[in-house]
Amino acid sequence: MTDTWIILGATSSMARAFARKLAEEGATLYLAGRDMADLEASAGDCKARGAANAHAVLFDARKPDTFTPIIDAMGAEEGMLNAAVFVGSMPDQADIDADPSLIDGTVTDSFTGPARFLQMLAPMMEERGGGTVVGVGSVAGDRGRVGNYVYGAAKAGFHTYLSGLRNRLTRSGGHVVTVKPGFVDTAMTWGIEGMFLVASPDQVAGDLLKAVRKKKNVIYTPFFWRYIMLIIRSVPEPIFKKLSI
Amino acid sequence: MRWKTESYTGWGRALTATGDIARPERASALAALMKDSPAPAIGNCRSYGDACLNDDGRVIDMTRMDRVLSFDEKTGLIEVEAGLQVGEISRLYAPQGWLPAVMPGTGFATVGGCIANDVHGKNHHGLGSFGQHVTQIVLNQNGKEVTITPKNAGLWKATIGGLGQTGVIVRATLQMIACKGDVMMVTERRVDGWDEFLQVLDDSKATYTVGWIDATAKGDALGRGILEEGETGAGLLPKQKASKKVPFNAPHFALSKPIVKAFNNAYYRRVPDHGRTSVKPINDFFFPLDRIHDWNKLYGKRGFHQFQCVVPIAKAPALREMLEMIANSGLASPLAVLKRMGPGRAGYLSFPMEGYTLAVDFPNRSAAQLLISKLEEMTEEAGGRLYLAKDALARPNRMKAMYPEWKDWLKVVKKADPEGALETDMTRRLELRSA
Ligand SMILES: Cc1cc2nc3c(=O)[nH]c(=O)nc-3n(C[C@H](O)[C@H](O)[C@H](O)COP(=O)(O)OP(=O)(O)OC[C@H]3O[C@@H](n4cnc5c(N)ncnc54)[C@H](O)[C@@H]3O)c2cc1C
Ligand SMILES: NC(=O)c1ccc[n+]([C@@H]2O[C@H](COP(=O)([O-])OP(=O)(O)OC[C@H]3O[C@@H](n4cnc5c(N)ncnc54)[C@H](OP(=O)(O)O)[C@@H]3O)[C@@H](O)[C@H]2O)c1
Repeated sequence: MTDTWIILGATSSMARAFARKLAEEGATLYLAGRDMADLEASAGDCKARGAANAHAVLFDARKPDTFTPIIDAMGAEEGMLNAAVFVGSMPDQADIDADPSLIDGTVTDSFTGPARFLQMLAPMMEERGGGTVVGVGSVAGDRGRVGNYVYGAAKAGFHTYLSGLRNRLTRSGGHVVTVKPGFVDTAMTWGIEGMFLVASPDQVAGDLLKAVRKKKNVIYTPFFWRYIMLIIRSVPEPIFKKLSI
Repeated sequence: MRWKTESYTGWGRALTATGDIARPERASALAALMKDSPAPAIGNCRSYGDACLNDDGRVIDMTRMDRVLSFDEKTGLIEVEAGLQVGEISRLYAPQGWLPAVMPGTGFATVGGCIANDVHGKNHHGLGSFGQHVTQIVLNQNGKEVTITPKNAGLWKATIGGLGQTGVIVRATLQMIACKGDVMMVTERRVDGWDEFLQVLDDSKATYTVGWIDATAKGDALGRGILEEGETGAGLLPKQKASKKVPFNAPHFALSKPIVKAFNNAYYRRVPDHGRTSVKPINDFFFPLDRIHDWNKLYGKRGFHQFQCVVPIAKAPALREMLEMIANSGLASPLAVLKRMGPGRAGYLSFPMEGYTLAVDFPNRSAAQLLISKLEEMTEEAGGRLYLAKDALARPNRMKAMYPEWKDWLKVVKKADPEGALETDMTRRLELRSA
């Protein structure tokens, strides 16, 4: 009997690296997202790397009717159910300023869509008495900045949601890991100016797996972002509001 | 898709390009790029010179398209995306009894790069070149996917070893070979000089054979070195040490004459007189230098060149003369490689020919460039050829003269990429795209 993992946002290179690590350990994988052709390719990759099984499944955070079939399929798996959320979108703040309706989609992708899915999964996890949820947030959720405060706000909402879900699932033996990456070298950040201390997706995936093993609650990845964010959070608001970092 | 403007180099770091790089992670993103702005693909930039450079232009970095798409454990057929590294394939499948049929000396080379340079390995005398074990390639030409097999004679031969000029290789199917497991039984013995070296290379019955030459040894010791022979095997190994990384450019004296001489002497003597047999992890045998990441930085900011040529068997004396010049120059760096090649090649511009191949590294100095140019001349006179994957210095006419099928290649390429959108610094420097 193997562990079953659902990976939401499985087309992200961070998710891909994480799924590969699970595959090499023989897990059963559900790779969920919108680009079915790409998900099929990743499912093949995971099987070729040792996954017990790997399925590509349609998931759109903005279309909740895509959630039920996945929940049903997972329900038919034996053993513990686990989930990792990589879904998120970060439109340019300037675009949002020009078209405030973009806020809704950003919040749905990065927070409410995945949260709604996890809300449907949670009772099944409780019933089985275990399982882990990995939720990828962002350091951007730790403090609102002029450059991306809508994305940051969505991530902050997701962090708070995850903290509550952890509180809930702990009671039945489950666990929730909140992940706050710094800059990661993915399609989302490729070619954006001003990146520094950029981590590879593989490095991040390794940190995630370690955090799952050690039942960490909140991790920063790479670890030093904990200290960077400690400083950024401690800048008093009268000063912070004048900074453009 | 965003483009990132950056400076990048080949492995030798002597030449630099600055330009826009896209890095698609999926086939649909690649197709969109190729439709709007076709550009040459690059792999992991393990070519030494400018094969993987496009200064002032655009390139498509393929390293994120690195998935295994399917694997048949009964036949050893594997379909992979072009950005997958060969060392990753052996890591995944050697424990299950399958190996890529041909592997170059670095596991970081991508499948796309191995096809586009039709690379060879330590078993070239037995199994030929990489391209001979590819059964199908999917190319992207101007946004459209085209599937080719050896039946597409012209396009196939212009793609394998073709420097990416027929389109971007998106994915490929490889026929792997069966192996006994993921360890190597390795026999090393000292070879005292040149004549003996050719003899032992000719006589070697091993599946994998490579010669390490002390390129600083002169006189009677000229051509001394170590013959390394390997066979795959199964078994347990002691725990691995972590790999190391060269963190910064070394000062220029790091590879100066006395240091190189001392290193070579020690390297030679580390193998006892009567030889030795050991068991190694498979990737350590095939990719001995990969355990030190970024070792090319040892050559400092100015970088280095690798000279690699192959000459026909009958012209071995010419190769000896080259080695003599190299030894007398005192310019060579630690290790040179001597291999026996079979006739196997799969493309119009493939490097291999039946004969002996010699590869030597030189720090990038004007004296070394002069020497290399002399060595190139000697190669041409011997009816041999230079390896495009290593070259950064050759002149157009000399290179074209060494590749008699270059015109066949050009004909196909002109049709595949009429606008010249896939040109690189190498095709421009060597004027490969103009008759
Ligand atoms: C330490 C070391 C040892 C080596 N040993 C050997 C050896 O033993 N035998 C040997 O033959 N070679 C050897 N090489 C050379 C190396 O194997 C080749 O240069 C190989 O092509 C590098 O692959 P890459 O992925 O880095 O390609 P790059 O260097 O990035 O590109 C090489 C060429 O392939 C083209 N290309 C890359 N990907 C694609 C694609 N997807 N579609 C179309 N075109 C593409 C590029 O345009 C370029 O022309 C060695 C290199 C090093 C650094
Ligand atoms: N890269 C960084 O520096 C960084 C830093 C901190 C946090 N993060 C977070 O890390 C996670 C992974 O990001 P990444 O960097 O790998 O970038 P990415 O490739 O853009 O990943 C985002 C993922 O979210 C999916 N997605 C977006 N909207 C969706 C929707 N409506 N329905 C379903 N899936 C949707 C994308 O799927 P499609 O392929 O279908 O678009 C993709 O798989 C994100 O949550 C991101 O916010 C990234």
